Amino acid sequence: MNTAFRGEYEIHGFTYGHGDKSACIVGAMRGNEYQQLYICSLLAEKLSEIEAKGDIASDKQILLIPTLNYSSMNAGKVKWIADDSDINRSFPGNPKGTATSRIAAAILDIAKDYSYGIQFASFYLHGELVPHIRMMRTGKESNSLANLFGMPYVVTGMNRAFDSVTLNYNWQEFGTQAFSVYSKTTERIDDESARIAVSSVLRFLTRMGIIRYDCHGGYISSIISEDELVSVKSDSAGFFRKLSDINKEVKRGDIIAEIINPMDGKLKTQIISPTDGIVFFVQDAPMVFQNTVCYKIIKRLHQ
Amino acid sequence: MIETVVSVDLMIEEKLKIKKNRLCPDMISGDEKRLCIVSGLYGDELQGQYICYEIIKRIKEDFDKLTGIVDIYPSLNPLGLDSRTRDIPDSEIDMNQLFPGSKTGAVGEYTASCIFDDIKGADVCIDLHSSNLFIKEVPQVRLNDCNLDKLLPIAKCLNTDMIWIHPSTSVLNGSLAYALNQIGTYSMVIELGTAFRINKKYCDKIVDGLFYLMKFMGIWNSESINPHVPSITNDKDMVYINSESSGIFIPNVDLYEKVKIGDEIGTIVDVITGSVEEIVKANADGMICSIRDYPVIEEGSLIARIVGDGDE
Repeated sequence: MNTAFRGEYEIHGFTYGHGDKSACIVGAMRGNEYQQLYICSLLAEKLSEIEAKGDIASDKQILLIPTLNYSSMNAGKVKWIADDSDINRSFPGNPKGTATSRIAAAILDIAKDYSYGIQFASFYLHGELVPHIRMMRTGKESNSLANLFGMPYVVTGMNRAFDSVTLNYNWQEFGTQAFSVYSKTTERIDDESARIAVSSVLRFLTRMGIIRYDCHGGYISSIISEDELVSVKSDSAGFFRKLSDINKEVKRGDIIAEIINPMDGKLKTQIISPTDGIVFFVQDAPMVFQNTVCYKIIKRLHQ
Repeated sequence: MIETVVSVDLMIEEKLKIKKNRLCPDMISGDEKRLCIVSGLYGDELQGQYICYEIIKRIKEDFDKLTGIVDIYPSLNPLGLDSRTRDIPDSEIDMNQLFPGSKTGAVGEYTASCIFDDIKGADVCIDLHSSNLFIKEVPQVRLNDCNLDKLLPIAKCLNTDMIWIHPSTSVLNGSLAYALNQIGTYSMVIELGTAFRINKKYCDKIVDGLFYLMKFMGIWNSESINPHVPSITNDKDMVYINSESSGIFIPNVDLYEKVKIGDEIGTIVDVITGSVEEIVKANADGMICSIRDYPVIEEGSLIARIVGDGDE
């Protein structure tokens, strides 16, 4: 695809092994998904090693596409550089449509032929979250397959208004078993959680007989529904002082954050946990609006 | 009466307030019909600002003619309007994908929920939009094909040149209009002009149409225009022209022009080589209802839409 000032726009992928189209892995779709691209870079290195050792199963092929949107990353934009459209809101796409629609159509045309689809997705809220696998409840999702990633959590959610135009949803519509892998961060590199994401994918590929790789068995995932995540919001605006991190167990009544008046430094509000549970998400902006979702807590779950 | 529909503390000193102006007779029985006019869901769409101003001004000038309730919400995304940002600033979330919203959600979902609850129960809601930065459009109503028997008579009041009916399956179900139609408030979108600008001629047509709608609803007891009879268009009658090359687009036609297959719509040129990359030609007979306004083009950019003859 040609662009006005940047020359040809080509999306590159790596294939590992030959034969049956087994797994397609897609990374960054937005210009701020640095962690997702980083995970892909680690995975590319690992898969190259595995292929070099002859440990891709015979008649199995893996496709890894690290980024669909490198121009936005180069230009410091989140969405598509030319028109602010969002590739992950453009599926199934149209080969005769706009640039993002063409990209979506081209990617889906290739990716739909794979049995398993894995996307390194970013969370819609800015912050840190517990690494997990997310699946939409379309009736075609498989909790037992998601469990094979060995992540601590598998989250299932109802379709949101925009889900029908995402890659994950359209993958499932074409019969690919699709999984979104969420890491701790998006705009910032977190090496530890990136390696957790890589391990989880290699574990899954091993368990599906696509590669041979000795790795830790991971977790027996806790399957949770998005309904079990309690949103905790700020009553007031100001500096956000975080007092509890992700993965920490909290009790009902615990003070988990403070809001500080940015002008006089006085405490405006204490954010109190409304439930016992485990912190699943915490926002990471230095300041918050009133009504910002500051935490999501998995209710009544203990370590 | 100006009311605050939702107020959220911003980080430092300011508040995000979404306001409405309720215009109604001094004495009301409680049985009056209610029209809501909303605008500014996208911070780059300004045509609705003039329309809201003009509607309020004209009603105030002839206040005794008003026999029902008109609620006007000029700026549903005030921070976006202030900062020339289409989406909700910072989050980059499209506010028109969040309805009906959620009281327990993040700021965007919360404000969407408050707006939705405030409009709920109205008889009709008209959502005023401009096009985006890239395309300019003839004034048109967009609606989905659910409840068409109820929506079409309302749409015909609005004095637009065109009504574009989308299949409900293609309508994004987080939009305000979609969510309101789901609960029985008849709602549709008006699109006109381009982003960041006010086209007074187009806007005045819509203002006249809104007064005709008020008369049609029985809440405006005065003379009004006879609305223009719009062409009614389905997706199958709409032809898209997307570029197959990249560069700078130089248009050869404008909105409302009638074209035939093969007519030149414009050229796409490569500035550095001084060459013509593509001569864009009409791929259908009809009227230009959308044309590229922003000249930088990449492969796939929408250049124009041509609407066929459709049903008058």
